[in-house]
Formats: sequence, C-alpha cells, structure tokens
Amino acid sequence: MHLGPFLRTALDSATSGGRRYHLWMGGLTVLIVAGAYAYSLQLRFGLGVTGMSDHVSWGLYISNFTFLVGMAAAAMMLVLPAYILEDVDFGRAVLMAEAVAVAALIMSLLFVVVDLGNPFGSWHLIPGLGYLNWPRSLLSWDVIVLNGYLALNLAIPLYILYSRFAGRPPAKTKYLPWMYISVMWAVSIHLVTAFLLAGLPARPFWNTALLGPRFLASAFTAGPAFVILLLYFIRQTTRYPIADGAFAKLALITTVAAQINLVMLISELFYKFYWPTEHSINAVYLFAGLGDHRALVPWIWVAVALNVGATGALMIHPVRRNPNWLMPACALLFVGIWIEKGIGLVIPGFIPSPLGEIVEYTPTWAELAVTAGVWATGLFVLTVLVKVALPIELGEVRSPYLETPHGPRIVRPRATRRRYEDVRPVRTR
Amino acid sequence: MSDDHTSEPSPSGDTGSLLQKPVDRRGALGMMLAGAVAGSQALGACSPLSGETPEEREVKVLAWREYIKGNYRFMTEEERAETIARLERLAKLRGGVDVAIQGTEAQPGVVFGYAFNISKCKGFRRCVEACINENNLDRRAATQYIRIFEMQDGEVNLDEADATFQHEVPAEGHFYLGTQCFQCADPPCVRVCPVGATWQEPDGITVIDYDWCIGCRYCMAACPYWARRFNWSEPEVPARDLNPNQHYLGNRARKTGVVEKCTFCIHRTRQGRLPACAEACPTGARVFGNLLDPDSEIRWVLANKRVFRLKEDLKTEPRFWYFTD
Repeated sequence: MHLGPFLRTALDSATSGGRRYHLWMGGLTVLIVAGAYAYSLQLRFGLGVTGMSDHVSWGLYISNFTFLVGMAAAAMMLVLPAYILEDVDFGRAVLMAEAVAVAALIMSLLFVVVDLGNPFGSWHLIPGLGYLNWPRSLLSWDVIVLNGYLALNLAIPLYILYSRFAGRPPAKTKYLPWMYISVMWAVSIHLVTAFLLAGLPARPFWNTALLGPRFLASAFTAGPAFVILLLYFIRQTTRYPIADGAFAKLALITTVAAQINLVMLISELFYKFYWPTEHSINAVYLFAGLGDHRALVPWIWVAVALNVGATGALMIHPVRRNPNWLMPACALLFVGIWIEKGIGLVIPGFIPSPLGEIVEYTPTWAELAVTAGVWATGLFVLTVLVKVALPIELGEVRSPYLETPHGPRIVRPRATRRRYEDVRPVRTR
Repeated sequence: MSDDHTSEPSPSGDTGSLLQKPVDRRGALGMMLAGAVAGSQALGACSPLSGETPEEREVKVLAWREYIKGNYRFMTEEERAETIARLERLAKLRGGVDVAIQGTEAQPGVVFGYAFNISKCKGFRRCVEACINENNLDRRAATQYIRIFEMQDGEVNLDEADATFQHEVPAEGHFYLGTQCFQCADPPCVRVCPVGATWQEPDGITVIDYDWCIGCRYCMAACPYWARRFNWSEPEVPARDLNPNQHYLGNRARKTGVVEKCTFCIHRTRQGRLPACAEACPTGARVFGNLLDPDSEIRWVLANKRVFRLKEDLKTEPRFWYFTD
C-alpha cells in the first residue's frame, strides 16, 4: 500500500517551505492560540463575554457562518465544469477550489460550535445517542447537509490525489457519481442555510422567498472571487500551471453572479422601501438607522459601494482581463459580500426586536479574537491542503513503491504536462 | 432517541443479558461510564492521597450521571424520579440549599389560557417582581419574563411603546400592555429546536429541558413575541431569596448557556394555584384559568369581552388574549 508514504509525504510538504511560508503559518498559529484562549474564557464565563444579548441573540459567529457556508457551496462552480463537462481549463483549478470548500466548511462548523451555549451537550444532536429533530428543525437539516458535504469534499479530492500519488489514473466510475451528488449537495447546503433564516415569520427581515436565491447568488460571487485570488497567488508563487482560460471563465462567473446579486438586492430594497410597512423596519434600521441607533449604517453602505463598484468594474472587458484590475476587484467584492451577507444580514434581523425594542450590538474583544482564531484555523487548513496537493498534482512527489522506465522512483525536477501512463505500480506484498 | 425504544437489544447482547434487561445504546454507554466513575470512586476511597472528600466525589459522580442522562421528555417515570433526586442532592451538596423539585405532570382535561385586561393594568409591575422571585430568575443579569409596555392612548403600536419606563405610574394619557410567553398552540420555538429540548405539554405549556438544551438560540430567533431568555453567564440567586418549591420543567436552577422561559408557573398551576403574576396583580388585570372548563373565568372573558391577540396573522395561536372593560 502507498498510504504510509502518502501521509509521510503530506507531512513533509506541509512542514517544509521558505521563510515567508513559515512566517505565514506562524502568524496563523499565533491567531489560533489567541482565539483558543478567548474561547476558553467564553467556556468559563459563558457567552456573556460576547456582545450578544437577549435582544441580539446571534452576532458575529452566525454572521460568519452564513457567509462561509456560501463559500463552501461555491466550490461547486468549479467542480461542475471540470469533472462533469470535462473542461480542461478548470481541471487544474478544481482541487484548489475543493480545498477552499473544505476550509470554509471547517470554519462554518467551528462558528456554530463556538456559538453554542452548551457545547458539551452537542452529542444530543447525534441520532440514536441523542435526538435530532429532523425533519422539523431546519438546523437539523443543516447539521446533516454540512457534515455530508464535508465528507464528500474530503473523500473525492483525497481519492484523486491518492490515486495520482500511487501512480494510477483515478477511476471515473468511482468518483464521478459522488461528484454529481456533491454538485446538488452544494446547492442544498446553501439553500438549507437560507431556509433556516427565511423560515422564521417572527423575523420579517429574513422571512422572504428571495433569501435562498440571494444566498446562492452572493455565494457564487464571493466564492469564485476568492478562488481567483488563491489561484493567482499559486500561479505567481509556484510552478503549478493554471491556464489563462481558467481565470477568464472564473471572472465571468463572478461577474454574472455579482450582477444577479445586485438585481436581487435592488428587488429587496424596492419591496422594503417603495411602500414601507411594519416589516420594513429592520431594513430601515440597516440602511438609514432608527433615531440615534445607526451602528450598521456605515457598514452596509460600504458593502453596497464595494459591490456596485467592483461589479461595475468587472463588467468592463479590458478591466476583467487584466490581473492588475481583476485581483483588487475580486478582493473588494469578497469583502463587500462578507459585510452584506454576514453582519448586514444576520444582525439587523434582531434590531428592532419582535416587540419593537431597539438594542444595538457591538462585538467584544473576546468575540473578535475567537472569530479571528476560527478564520486563522480555516486559512491554516487551506494552506496545508494546497501545500500537500500541489507537489502531487505536479508529479513532483510520488509513492516510492513505483517502478518507472527511468528507475524505481520518479523525481521530476520541473513541472511537465506528461500523463502518468509511464508510471506503473509495483506489487508490494 | 426515545427511551421507550428500550426493547431494542444492544448489538453485542452481553451488556443487556448481563443485567437481565434490554438496554439501548445510550443506556449502555451510561452504564459503562458510570461504572468507570464508580470504579474510580472506589479506588479513590482506598487512597487517602486523593485529597478528595466523599462529598466532592459524590458531586462528581452525580454530575457525570446528569451529563449522560437523556431528554426528560422521553424518560420513563423511574428515570425522571432518579434525575430529580440527583438534582435535589446536587443542590444540597453544591449550594447547601434544600429544594423540592416536582415532576407533576399535566392534569387531564386542562389547557391553560390567560387574558390580560388593558383597561385595568396601571403599570405597577408587581407581576414582574413576583415572577422574578417565584421563578428564581437570574438576579445578576436582571432577567425578566414579563415586559410591561407603556403605550400612548389611541394606538396599539409596540414600536412606539416603552418597556423601560422609570417614572410614576399610571402616566397621563397612557395605557399598559404586558407580554410574556403566550404558550402558542403551534409554537415556532418548538418546531425549530434541533434537539427537541423544548416541547409543548398536554396542558398547553411549552417547556424546556434545561439539561438537554445545547444553547444554539434558534428558538429565540424563532419566537415572534420575544419570550425566551438566555443565560449568558452563570445565573445567580442568593440562597435566602431562593424559592425551594420547584418543578423540573419550571423554576429549578438553570445553568450557563441554556435558554429559559415563562411556564405559566408550572409548579403552581399544575397544583391548582394561580401563576405568581396573576396572584400578585393589585388591579385584577390578569385572568388565568382552564380553557376546557366552561365555568372558568377565562372562558367568561373570551365569551363576553372583545378580545384580541398580538400578531394573530402569524398563526401561532397564542393562548394569551387582551381585552378591555
């Protein structure tokens, strides 16, 4: 078997790198440790160390959760053409996108866990051991689809990488069916998360049929935007070949999704403001403030400006095709969606309360530290996954138990476009 | 998983046959772990070096058994009695207080309803005070189940109302409207709970098993009447103010990180008494009773007064009505 060398090689890849790599990982580790310390305070003293209250009972954690579920779902935008439509341009990029999905899912799940008041009771969710209120509770649906999606996105790339490492082409019959399932599953994770909020008539701000489609559109904006940034970074810093076509197609997906997202935002604003009813009050708080209470107003207008500006820029062909413009536009779009869909969506749902009381929300330092820690964990995971996958994909590392026409082991100095047919597994034992 | 599924034998069979009774997975796990704890307790007893008093050990064992217990809703009568005994003992060991926790079940032929006379309420908030004392509400966070909204004469508009008034009442040109959990007949909070830690009892009271709640607060987002409260920090009730007459599903000690709510004073009303708020009201604005009893005062109010409910369009069917003289 090649499992031992596979794991050893993975560990080698993840722990070796230049000075900047170690600085990056070291920095992330510092953030993770700081976050863990802040979380230990939260475990000791309760969620009272956060800025949340009975009035605003979900805050930064759940905001990031909704955003990151979208990021995870968006990886599908690459999986779909690469594996199912067999688009060669995307072939190289897709494993990276799946790494993004895995990291985003891990962050989503962590954000839910750190939001729990009684995390030691999480075993109550395990059917059989505890009691999962399925199908009535949308949160129980979310538990199922998120964990299922994580399993799919770990298993498929792992199988593909392991096959390459072991020197045999991955068998389509083995992974393609799962790939199809994973594509549908991606839509489901984000729709379920939207329904989780949209299914609450108590909160008119979320209780709209547009929330699910809006979630999908914003996810397919922020997700590919982030993947573009990641791929560009990989292309600049490694020898991993990513075709220009991949960038062009991803940028197009991002642009179209961003346009649809803006159309939906305009529809929402029209509905809330043309004839403001009692149900518009949360939107009024978000966009204009209620009296002296206007904590979210600057945030949402920054988000709108970023989204409109970046989408407008991406609509100009020369701008979109020039990396010097494309990258900043993607970064701004990413930040814009993060604000709009995170704090701009979850928090105003609580202000004013269903009884009309206005209590505002400001996150505390502990809450910010935990949030940063979770993000650092996600980026750490993403870095490791990419670092492990790259040399295998490049053919730089391969199982030592392989026999080739050139000798027992392949050591390829440079990236080539050669296929792996010249590599045959040796039967060990 | 409900414990009435105990007919399912354990897969290996040995745990079950050993004890001559079928055991479900959690039960088996519980027994094994409790056995391990008891074993370490026995070891500890032999070792004078552990530095643990017998009380500390007992607390550990009890706390562990509490941790691995199931959802109260699905417990057998025996299991319910056991957890209540453990909780009473823990209250004694940890806080030095003697509490009596009842598990009184819903009485047949009873569905509770409440009516609130907005002509009579003068905003004294005696009900709020009585509720705090009766239900052992967290004094440090100043948790309150009841909110009294001061409203301008001429409109029922919660957005313009003030629930934090600090002046002499009744204020000129104003009236008062109280809210608390309305014990909806179709409660959204129950539907959304991912672990079934909150449910509606046959007498219409929506309750929470505080020990089963995982603290996700989805129910708080789902409640259209803002009736649920969360324990953001360790709740504090001074021992001298503690109400020892408690109910497992009501005013017993809560812990950090779980949700709680008004239960129409389940420990009183299931024994035929009035909720503390209704008893404390000096103006007679609060009418409580059995909706299934045609001779009850609440039925008289519903039959003879013009009544309304808040947010009826949401179809949660609150069992809490407002009326005027």
